[in-house]
Amino acid sequence: MAEVRYLHAVNRALADALTADPAVVVFGEDVSEAGGSFGATRGLRGRFGEDRVFDTPISEAAIAGAAVGAALSGLRPVFEIMFMDFTTLVMDAMVNQAAKARFMFGGQSSVPLVMRTPHGGGLGAGPQHSQCLEAWFAHVPGLKVVCPSDPSSAYGLLRAAIEDPNPVVVVENKALYAMKGELPDTPEPMTIGRARTLRTGRDLSFVTYGAAVHTCMAAARDLAAEGIEAEVIDLLSLQPWDFDAVLASVSRTHRLVVVHEAVEAFGPGAEIAARMALDGFDELDAPIMRVGAPFMPVPFSKALEGAYIPSAAAVVNAARRVLA
Amino acid sequence: MTEAPTSPPSDGAANTGARVLGLYRQLLLIRRAEERLITMFADGEVPGFIHLSVGQEAVSVGVMSALGAQDTIASTHRGHGHAIAKGLPLDGFFAELLARDEGLCRGRGGSMHVADMSVGMLGANGIVGAGLSIALGSALAHKRLGREQVAVAFFGDGALAEGLLHECMNMAALWRLPLLFVCENNGWSEFLPSSKQISFALADLARAYGIPHTRIDGNDVVAVADAAADIVGAVRAGGPAVLECMTTRVRGHFEGDAQKYRDPDDLDALGPLDPIRVAALLLAGLGVEDAALKAVADEVESRIEAAVEAARKGHDPDFAAAYADVYSPAEAV
Repeated sequence: MAEVRYLHAVNRALADALTADPAVVVFGEDVSEAGGSFGATRGLRGRFGEDRVFDTPISEAAIAGAAVGAALSGLRPVFEIMFMDFTTLVMDAMVNQAAKARFMFGGQSSVPLVMRTPHGGGLGAGPQHSQCLEAWFAHVPGLKVVCPSDPSSAYGLLRAAIEDPNPVVVVENKALYAMKGELPDTPEPMTIGRARTLRTGRDLSFVTYGAAVHTCMAAARDLAAEGIEAEVIDLLSLQPWDFDAVLASVSRTHRLVVVHEAVEAFGPGAEIAARMALDGFDELDAPIMRVGAPFMPVPFSKALEGAYIPSAAAVVNAARRVLA
Repeated sequence: MTEAPTSPPSDGAANTGARVLGLYRQLLLIRRAEERLITMFADGEVPGFIHLSVGQEAVSVGVMSALGAQDTIASTHRGHGHAIAKGLPLDGFFAELLARDEGLCRGRGGSMHVADMSVGMLGANGIVGAGLSIALGSALAHKRLGREQVAVAFFGDGALAEGLLHECMNMAALWRLPLLFVCENNGWSEFLPSSKQISFALADLARAYGIPHTRIDGNDVVAVADAAADIVGAVRAGGPAVLECMTTRVRGHFEGDAQKYRDPDDLDALGPLDPIRVAALLLAGLGVEDAALKAVADEVESRIEAAVEAARKGHDPDFAAAYADVYSPAEAV
């Protein structure tokens, strides 16, 4: 077991997938010669050659569309979209082509592609380089969406995504790239759709994913100092999301706060809250709270962005409200 | 888009009656299939929208005559001709358009999304230009996997206005992919003449990307077949090319479109350009008897009637089975 950075775990997952399956190819803007704008693909070109790890022009729509055609013709493409904000440009390929091909062709084909893309603020990158748009993709039948929160899940979910016969969107929070964490010497793919309990507690449940996991863990520590024990469920996967794990947690704690960095309105938390309000109604002792970003583009100024991203204090406040 | 073709008309030198009769059979199969769809659509038997390729059959037949079963194509919303020429089973085709479980796509795709992976038909497409990048990716796979296969992207002149075309031409040229761009230039972009939508000539665009461009008479099936044979060979060996086929859209943008925006004289002028008439004249010149044409017509009619009857006997698709295909199971690949 070694301690590695999140970015290294992504790199390792790509390298292991390229080794395991000759059909895997990695492409995108600056992923080959430059090794990725964040360094996730560094060294892969040297190891696997430019036939398998190659740079593309700045043509997001064609990159994604080519991945669909390549996946239908025998490759397992993994492509990078440099910032999740730029996935606006891949929507036809992902939503109308990749997501629907299996269904609309009567089950003749699978589309085993992976789109890797970083979301999230905190870097002062401004309104067009910081958004969390995962709800868009989670809304589309036929796509899967995963969001790893640490190096081991970054590895395990990316390997699982590449092995999955369906189109999978892997959302990495760029504020986590430098984070260190344990990675087994021979790491394994995870199972998409399964949440994990990072902390057990009797008083309330935080259901979260991505970088907000760490905000919730900090909030749980603050609450513990007051004698309040919060459970923290890391969803890891948004489509599908682990309904059973969330219901089991709510059945233990009877209070639910859903936390994410994405804008609160129409966000993933809305879906989880609605499902729990229906199927977990008898277990709930308080209204469900959501903590997400305000309905505002991600601002550039540190002063604004600091207030924009949900804080541990905001999560603690929400916990107090459901406990009141 | 009314420039004269840049290639000479087919001289028939390399033609034998048997070869041209084979092409004629395919033309007629597509035409009669779509004519059957016209009446079935008017009778309410075909649901949804259909976009007919009447007048454009020679492009499908000519290009496909140069392809093998392992070559791949990505089609358009006007894709019946591509589908039939690529070898989709007629029964499954009609069953799909009648939304039957026995359809190639089990009644979930219909006219605009019909596909058959077993013959390299990667799908019709309801999004203008979307097939271009799918064909690009398929060509990428052919090259990467060391196959001697080509991919063909069919698109109409309406797609010239889509940015994706430019991205795909750039990538195909940059990577020297075995990708043939086939433009079916019928002069119309939905309800407007393309001259009101497109400010450039495809030849000039291709030149800008360094991709060889050939413009031919797309209503002459032999001209298309001859050009395609040469160009597909070159694409297989060395990289992308553009084949621009000047052709004619006889029916409206979609079936039921009365084309009130179109000058009736324009439609009347299409008669002599009909690819079936052009092929029949060539066959007469090659000494093929009318009886042989009649035999082909009878054979085509009976194939279509059999397919229609089989499709009519099909079943409604099952909801649970459809639901189960939203995602592929883990063992699917």
